[in-house]
This record gives sequence, C-alpha cells and structure tokens, in this order.
Amino acid sequence: MSIEQILFLLLLLVVGLKAYRSYSEIWAKIQLGKPYDGSPDQSKRWKNVLLVAFGQKKMFKNLLPAIFHLTIYVAFMMTQIELIEIVIDGVSGHHRTFASGLGWFYPMIINLIECLSILAFIATVIFLWRRNVLKISRFEKAEMVGWPKRDANLILLGEILLIIGVFTMNGADTQLQTLGVAHYPDTGKLLISSSIGDTLFSGLDLKTLIFLERSGWWLHLTMVFGFLLYLPVSKHLHILLAFPNTYWARQKPPGTMQNMPEVMEAVKSMLGLAPEAAPMTSAEIPEFGAKDVTALTWKNILDAYTCTECGRCTAVCPANITGKKLSPRKVIMDVRDRADEVREKLRSANSNWIKEELRGTDVQLNKDNFEDGQSLFDRITREELYACTSCNACVEACPVLINPLEVILEMRRYDILTLAGGPQDWLPMFNSLENSGSVWQVSAARDAWIDR
Amino acid sequence: MDKKVPLMADVAGQSDRPEILFWVGCAGSFDPRAQKVTKAFVQILNASKISYAVLGKEEQCTGDPARRAGNEFLFQMLALQNIQTLNTHNVSKIVTTCPHCFNVLKNDYPALGGHYEVIHHTQLIQSLLDDGRLKIAGGSFTGKKITYHDSCYLGRANGVYEAPREILSQIEGDLVEMERNRTNGLCCGAGGAQMFKEDEPGQKRINIERTEEALKTNPDIIAVNCPFCLTMLTDGMTASNKSEEIMVLDLSELIIQSIKA
Ligand code: SF4
Ligand code: SF4
Repeated sequence: MSIEQILFLLLLLVVGLKAYRSYSEIWAKIQLGKPYDGSPDQSKRWKNVLLVAFGQKKMFKNLLPAIFHLTIYVAFMMTQIELIEIVIDGVSGHHRTFASGLGWFYPMIINLIECLSILAFIATVIFLWRRNVLKISRFEKAEMVGWPKRDANLILLGEILLIIGVFTMNGADTQLQTLGVAHYPDTGKLLISSSIGDTLFSGLDLKTLIFLERSGWWLHLTMVFGFLLYLPVSKHLHILLAFPNTYWARQKPPGTMQNMPEVMEAVKSMLGLAPEAAPMTSAEIPEFGAKDVTALTWKNILDAYTCTECGRCTAVCPANITGKKLSPRKVIMDVRDRADEVREKLRSANSNWIKEELRGTDVQLNKDNFEDGQSLFDRITREELYACTSCNACVEACPVLINPLEVILEMRRYDILTLAGGPQDWLPMFNSLENSGSVWQVSAARDAWIDR
Repeated sequence: MDKKVPLMADVAGQSDRPEILFWVGCAGSFDPRAQKVTKAFVQILNASKISYAVLGKEEQCTGDPARRAGNEFLFQMLALQNIQTLNTHNVSKIVTTCPHCFNVLKNDYPALGGHYEVIHHTQLIQSLLDDGRLKIAGGSFTGKKITYHDSCYLGRANGVYEAPREILSQIEGDLVEMERNRTNGLCCGAGGAQMFKEDEPGQKRINIERTEEALKTNPDIIAVNCPFCLTMLTDGMTASNKSEEIMVLDLSELIIQSIKA
C-alpha cells in the first residue's frame, strides 16, 4: 500500500467521522421541534420534490439567476458522480478505475462534466460579481453582515478552487496520456482539458506533470471533503435539505392558520358547547404559541436549516420594502441561530439550564425542562412581529418552500395569549369583538345598512 | 335597492331554502364606503334572481382579525358561535364580498367543525355571467383604463387570480396590469389586523407604495375585491391628490353599471 493510499484512507476516516457527527447535530436540532403533520398527501410531496427541489421551479420566476444557479447545481451533482471514481481510485491506488470498462461512455461523461464545470465557473464568477460589485439590494440587508456575507463568498471561492483542481488534474492527465505513461489509461481527446493541457502543460517533464496531476486530484478531493464538513455550518446546507424540506412542505392553502385544539376545547366548554372541563391548576396552564424554538414544529426548524439566505422573501415583503424592521429572512435565520444555541446548551448537560423548580438530584437536562432565561424574543423583536400583514408574499417567494409567516404568527400568539402583550392600538378592537361581535365599536345594528 | 333583503331567520324554515348565504362581514355592514359595495352586490344578486339571504343581527365578525393578531381565544369564541348559527340554519353555501371572511370561513372554520362551500363574490359573479343568469352589456367602460389590485387573501392565500380578470374583460374595460400582479401582487397594507393599528416606524406606508405603483399605469379606475384594500387605496389616492380623477371601486360596483335591465 502506497503512502498516498494510506493518507487517503486516513483522511476518508477522519472526514467520515466528523461529517457523521455534524450531520447528527443537525438532526438533533431539528428534533427540538414539536410534532408536525402538515403534509398528508404523498403524491403532492413527491410532486414538490420533483418540481421545486429538482426542477427549481420557484427559481424560474427570474430567468437569468435561475439558469446560472441551475448550472452550478447540475455541475455540482455531476461532480459527485466523478467523486465515486475518485474514492475508488484513492482506496485502490488505481487510476481512472472506470475508464477501461466503460468504453466510449467514459470520455463522454468526463466531457459532459468538463463542459458543465466551465459553465459553472462562469456562473460562479458572475455570482461573485453580483454580490460584491453590483451589491444587489437583497444581499445588503442588516442581517447580511459578518458571517452570512463571508459564507456566501467562501463557497463561491471554494467552487472556483474545485474547478481549478478538476482542470489541473485532467489537463496534466491528458499530457501524461500523450506521453504514453503506463499508469494513465487513454481516455482519448478531452474537449476542454486536452486544450488546457496543450496550452499550459505541454513540454513539461514527467515528474512535473505527475506532480500537477496529483495536486489537482488532491485539491479536488479536499475541496469536496471540505464542502461536506462545511455544509452544516453554512447556508449551503440547502443543497441537501431542500429535498426533505420540499417533501414535507405545508399542503394546506397558505391562508390557513394552524388550529389550537387546546384553546378550542376551553372555549367550547366556556360556551357550553362541550362538557365543563376540569379547571386547570396553574402549573398545568400550557404556554400558548411559541416563545422558543422548542414550541415550534420540527418543520419550522427544518425550514430554518434549509434557508439559503437568498432574501427573495425579504425583497417582496411589503413591510420591509417600506422601511420597517421586519425581514422574513432574518426571522428564519434567528430561528436557526437560536436552535444552535439551545442545542449547544443542552449538549453541555449543565444543570444550571434546568428550570429552577424542576431541578433535583437525578434530573437530567432535556428540551422540556430547559430554561436559559433567553428565547426567540431576544432575537426577534415585537416591532418586527407586528409589522407583518400576513400577506404570504414571503411564502410564495421562497425557492425552497420555507414558511416565515408561520413563525411570526406563532410568536404573536405567545405574546398575546401568554403575556397579554401586543400593540395598544388593538385593545379597542379586541374589546369591541368581545362585547359586540364586530371589529369596530359602533352603535348601529349590524343590519342597519338594509333599507326598509 | 329595489327589493327587500331576506333574512335567514325569516326564510330558513320555508320550503325553498335560499341557495346561498351572503356573509356581509364587519366592513360591509358598518363601513359607509363598504356598505355601498354590499348594496351593489345585493343588486347583482337580485338581478340574477338567485335566492339568497343574510344573517343580519345573527352574524358576528368571523374572528379573522383576532386570529391573525394572535388572539386565538377571541377567534374561537366568535368562530364557534358563528358555526352554531350557520349550522342551526343548515347553511351549506356561503358567498362573501370580503376575502378575509372568505379565507377564514373556507380554510379556518373546518378545523372547528364548520364545513361549508365558500366562494368569493367575484367567483359567484363570474359563474352567474358564465351560465347566463346575470346579463351585462359591455360599453360602459369603453376606453377606460382599469387596473386591478389582487388582494392577498383572494390571491396568494387562495390562488384566485382569474375570476376578477374575467369579469373585467366581460365589461370590456381596458385592463392594464401593475408591475407586481397575481402571485407577485403587493399587499395594500391592511391584512394581518394591520388595518386596526398604526404602522411600525418606517419610510413609507404600504398603501402609498401600492398607490404609486397603481398610478404608474395611468388608470381611470382601480378595481379591488376587498373592503380593506378599498379603504387603503382610497386613502392612498387622497394622499396623492388623485381622488378627483381616479376612482377606486369594487368589482361589483363596476358590474352594476353594465347590468342589462
Ligand atoms: S407575510 Fe409578513 S413577513 Fe411575509 S412578506 Fe408578508 S408582511 Fe412580510
Ligand atoms: S426563507 Fe426562503 S426566500 Fe427567504 S432567504 Fe430563506 S431561502 Fe430565501
């Protein structure tokens, strides 16, 4: 076994373990949420995955970015096919394991990947330019400073490095093939890398060529492994989560609000429509709405980890457009960051995070007894929540079927039902609804408009 | 109105039960401007000879603004009482001139035990035109530029974009679309109980943003399908000093100008 093989196996092992750990963390964070049953229809689920995740249907509201994005996405997918061979080569010490068995099909696939890579390269450069030179407005909002901005640029730079790796590898490889070096099976002329090889690498000696080929191979490999480990801390996790997120997308008409059966039952017995319920003791009185991520559904949290931070939601939000603080993207990012924080604290198993009245000698910290004195309200202010018109523009705009409105409305419910908060302006409306059954306090009867 | 508006309580016991219940809503009952829309729609119902009734004093707010504000208790109180009333009268089909009432009756009430076939008045008007029960003559709006504002709760929330446009084409108005229309339509700023509170600090009111967009189409008329959009855009026109030249009208108010006697 060569040193290179040993190195490769070690790297594979380390990356595999680390990836397993960080992806199970994402899974654990999603599990912080409550049960969810919003996508009952199996055929609709698959339809959404096919059209919205694979087909990127929602991206095509705007043609140019959609085409560039699709190019990078398809190129990325195809590169993963190539990766299978790379791993097999890495373990076995062979070179281009598939080349001999696949005949004409092999160079065809490689050529296809190369063409896509060139297109992806162009698209990536355009994306970098759009973000950093054009500074289009949805990338420049308050929540897009620091890490979110660096994150976006980092992956684009990574993509460029990856493509450079691919072409260095294949370019040097074609030269080695022309020299007839035994280890390098003949793939025939490759559309792009043969000319890259001819222009940049021809005339180089054998050692340099092998060095270049190996460097390209390792660069490609480390970039892909790097991506794998990087995704869980990045908005680019959407590459994976877009699939489950569209699969489990809410299927009711967007105008529907989640019913609250516990409130319904209480009101029914109050109105005498149901048998009198046993009065609740104060310890039993549930918290209504969502104060924290643990009161959202797991789908809301999956939404948060799927968010691409593209800002399409914020760009169409009437409140945001007119200068209010509300930004649906920020709401989603806040849910994610809070879920990170809660999970981090839960992992510490520190009993200081157990609700004071529940602490005891053999009480373990868990999501149900967790209390760190913080909540979503420390991140999302009431000014943001109450600026929402529930217009569903954000929901309609999201390319991966995220629903920011649901979070906003659940938080309003907590503020109003559990804290008796909310804008003062609403009090007359609430009073009037309660006393006269109409939104305005009016002296006229409801049928006074009828001429008699 | 030439004919008496029948009350459900009076007609429910009769052998020919009304085909449809007209849910008037708070705005349609109390707001002077929206009352005109209510009356226009009654005129349409009468002209098409459809049998209908209203709940009158038995109707209460659907609870939509309470629910969207976050006050679920209040919503449940109103909704459960309304469902009782509707079920007592054996109501099976409802039409409403307000897309908020439409949405909440159609989408939120079933989970509380209220199952009805609910349609918006623009949908009813379109089907009345389609099956010839309502006869109109084009011509009243020839050469008039009309722009149509999609309400969020008829549009995005329920995917109804074409029925109102169908109606506009039947009255032979010259429909000019705003830049943001259909799924991309911009909210008027009233939904989610915003109608009943001051705006959060910002640079502009949402209704002004939408009004400016509507003005770009150079319209003679702005057609709406919602009493709250009606208020918001009328206010916007007043703020832009355009209320003299440009009218903001509900679709039913356009139809009654074209009804054939
Ligand atoms: S639903 Fe609320 S957050 Fe979403 S776009 Fe409309 S106003 Fe903005
Ligand atoms: S919620 Fe959707 S539209 Fe908004 S930033 Fe995230 S991915 Fe983009």
